[in-house]
Amino acid sequence: MKIIIDGKEIEAVEGQSVLEAAKNAGIEIPALCYHPDLCVKANCRLCVVEIEGIPVPAAACSAKIKEGMKIVTDSDNLKSLRKTNLELLFGEHRRNCPQCIWQGKCALLKYAAVFKANPMAVPLRKPEPDIVKFGPVILDRSKCIECRNCVDMCARQTGSRRGTDTEMKSDGFLEVEGQGKDIHISPSCDAKKDCIYCGQCIVHCPVGALDSESPVDEIDALLKDRKGKTMVIQFAPSIRTSIGEMFGMEYGMNVTGKLAAALKKLGFDKVFDVNMSADLTTVEEAKELVWRVTEKKPLPMFTSCCPGWMRYLEFYRPDMIPNITTVKSPQNMLGSLIKTYWAEKNNVKPENIIVVSVMPCTAKKYDVTKPEEKINELSPIDYVLTTRELGRLLQKNRINLKEMEQGAADDPFGVYTGAGTIFGATGGVTEAATRTAYWLITGKNLEKVECENVRGIAGLKKAVVEINGIKLKVGIANGMENAKIILDDLDKDPKAYDYIEIMACPGGCIGGGGQPLPVNDDIRKKRAAGLYSDDCSKKIRFAHESPAVKEVYDEYFKGDEHKIHEILHTSYAQKPKSEIIK
Amino acid sequence: MNIIENLKEANLRGRGGAGFPTWQKWQMVKDAVSPDGRKFVVCNVSEGEPAVSKDGYILEREPEVVISGIALAMEAVAAQKGFLYLRKDYYGKHKDKLAKIIGDKPIEIFCEPCGYLGGEETTLLESIEEKRCEPRIKPPFPPQVGLFGCPTVINNLETLYFAAKIANGEYKNTRFYSVSGDTACPGAFECGDNLTVREVLEKTGNLPQAEFFVQAGGGASGTILLDSDLDKPLTGAGSIVVHDLAKTDLRKLGLSWAEFFVKENCGKCVPCREGVFCLKEIFSQEPLDIARAQDIVKLLAAASFCPFGKGVANSFGSLINKLMAK
Repeated sequence: MKIIIDGKEIEAVEGQSVLEAAKNAGIEIPALCYHPDLCVKANCRLCVVEIEGIPVPAAACSAKIKEGMKIVTDSDNLKSLRKTNLELLFGEHRRNCPQCIWQGKCALLKYAAVFKANPMAVPLRKPEPDIVKFGPVILDRSKCIECRNCVDMCARQTGSRRGTDTEMKSDGFLEVEGQGKDIHISPSCDAKKDCIYCGQCIVHCPVGALDSESPVDEIDALLKDRKGKTMVIQFAPSIRTSIGEMFGMEYGMNVTGKLAAALKKLGFDKVFDVNMSADLTTVEEAKELVWRVTEKKPLPMFTSCCPGWMRYLEFYRPDMIPNITTVKSPQNMLGSLIKTYWAEKNNVKPENIIVVSVMPCTAKKYDVTKPEEKINELSPIDYVLTTRELGRLLQKNRINLKEMEQGAADDPFGVYTGAGTIFGATGGVTEAATRTAYWLITGKNLEKVECENVRGIAGLKKAVVEINGIKLKVGIANGMENAKIILDDLDKDPKAYDYIEIMACPGGCIGGGGQPLPVNDDIRKKRAAGLYSDDCSKKIRFAHESPAVKEVYDEYFKGDEHKIHEILHTSYAQKPKSEIIK
Repeated sequence: MNIIENLKEANLRGRGGAGFPTWQKWQMVKDAVSPDGRKFVVCNVSEGEPAVSKDGYILEREPEVVISGIALAMEAVAAQKGFLYLRKDYYGKHKDKLAKIIGDKPIEIFCEPCGYLGGEETTLLESIEEKRCEPRIKPPFPPQVGLFGCPTVINNLETLYFAAKIANGEYKNTRFYSVSGDTACPGAFECGDNLTVREVLEKTGNLPQAEFFVQAGGGASGTILLDSDLDKPLTGAGSIVVHDLAKTDLRKLGLSWAEFFVKENCGKCVPCREGVFCLKEIFSQEPLDIARAQDIVKLLAAASFCPFGKGVANSFGSLINKLMAK
């Protein structure tokens, strides 16, 4: 249908809101509580527009378009309303811009400039920090503007909300409490609800009221005074197509080479690539899948790469623990290899190695504290940095990633295949494992490497993969709301699937809670596309053909399955609710 | 002639404040298709506006008529269940008596948890559904998607009372008025519909001698009217608060409203949550920052999520413009 916005006739689709229709036509209507991942809440009231025939302005996010509707988005009246509204918002947002995860690029500051709002016009209503911590997540309520994006997102992750719901729910771990000016966001005291540490609240907060606990300063200090330690850093598959955003590079640009060079410049003794251990994870997981299928062991098998998903199962669904693959996540696998194989080979005491792991994820910070992950009494990883935190560390040391020369990760954990790199996108683990499982069963490689039916950022994908007459029912979900659909399917029919890949965050790790801001489907697609083109460009695209993987098996494990299990596998157990620190 | 036709003929409009034609609301619910077959009728007795007492007055004297009004609406729209949504103190005072009158009719007496906010119809629905006391996005409107997603009639108590009177042929084009403040004989009164403010004051023996102004339509959200404004019909919830001009400290009057609104607003939208708090700060100190107060009033009127914020703008806007900004 046709509508007229600011005198311009535009083509719009029935059912769209005024805000969406305008956005599609390239007209930006200011909004704070609107996020394309979330349902419409219409509480910030910044997006009000004038619609002909309606006496008072209407919220563009909730008003649906009608044929011929005439809309004004930028009258002087609206500008002055927005100015007042923004000044009120600043009155409840304790600014700490230099430390903010938005790094000065938040909507509040942007619109303040556009509408000439004075951030100091209204005295601060909440002048003191008001901090609550749960797991690695920190919420400072003195910065919160009560938009409830976090609550809505959390209801998708830990509550009953589904992405298709148009109405907000608030039955997840994060809740809205109080009334009027005393309204605030609070972690639930309900013993049956807990945080899964996914960090989606953080990346959906428009004003930086949420963040993760950061070890940046500690790592920076260690790099400057090693205290006799060997400093090793490893970075996750999905980092390479996202961290560039923090340095003004295009969405989805693969910066593996520059990143390796930058990490060396930071002063790390060794730079390793988690893609290498993603390959190793693939081989181990494919082995386990083939074993479970042929030996009639518990199916479906769940992937374990995602610590938010693991946290979900260990807290909410411990009955499903026997279905989780015992293979460690790529992060912990590489940390374990560094503190065993690599330490022995290089004659370094494992306790003298500091392993820093760069992850797109906040739950990984929790993952490395789990007792089951320990290797010879040591945690495989000493510090986890999110993508954002690594960006901070580089900026702090005046290293501009964009200007770096191409470098390379170090041997023996610097080489990877196309299979490892796609771990960062939803469906990637399945595709990598399928390529290797096919080889394990048939002794041959797939002729067509790409498994198109498991690709794409759709929340839920189902496929049947056939290998030598064995039909595997595969379920792939990203976002916990979709994972819960799979769990519901299994509750109804335990044989509904044979293999299940779950990533807690929308789009998989490329949409992780530790990734740069902002995030939406377009950005997630670009980050994923960057990983798939990395896969495509690799000469070797089968994890089992990775020379680094072969070296580890041949030189270190030498067929000793017991040793393989000790170092590359783990276990899971029911976990209690985590402490809420106020 | 059926009851909806009767209501139309009698031209009964909602007595809660908005004045929507009652027959039209009932017709919409009657015609609406319910997703699960259920329809509801809610009698709203949250009467949260300060200085409004007419619903309590009726409930005290003629509860039987009220209950028959609810039953009438339920029958007219084919609703299986009715709710009598009572203000906390009314609940405490009248629930036993009302339960006896209701008997085995499918009408639930519900004690409202929302205070002032319960007067807003979608907030009322949320509270019956045991959700936070906050308004819903409109549309859809309750006659289409109401309680538990089903078509729902929500009428003020007085509206249903007069619907019953109409059905019994006893309606004489009257309505109830609440008069309070600096006046001779405050209270609730039944007088003719469509009276002007001055007529109500005269008929109830409340027209003051001294120079005065009134707040019409509610003791917090009502409009300030000066002597020259009194010859217009009194609309809204039919309430008049009389203020002796010489005795009234305007800043303190504004502050009392602001304190009420800070306590009663739900906190969902920015204009209300922050704007009302800011108004309280402004009216707490002298000199008053009139320009900022006007900006906030303008924002509340134009951009607040629900009628609550527009009510705040109504009283503050008229107070500032008529009496303070000179």
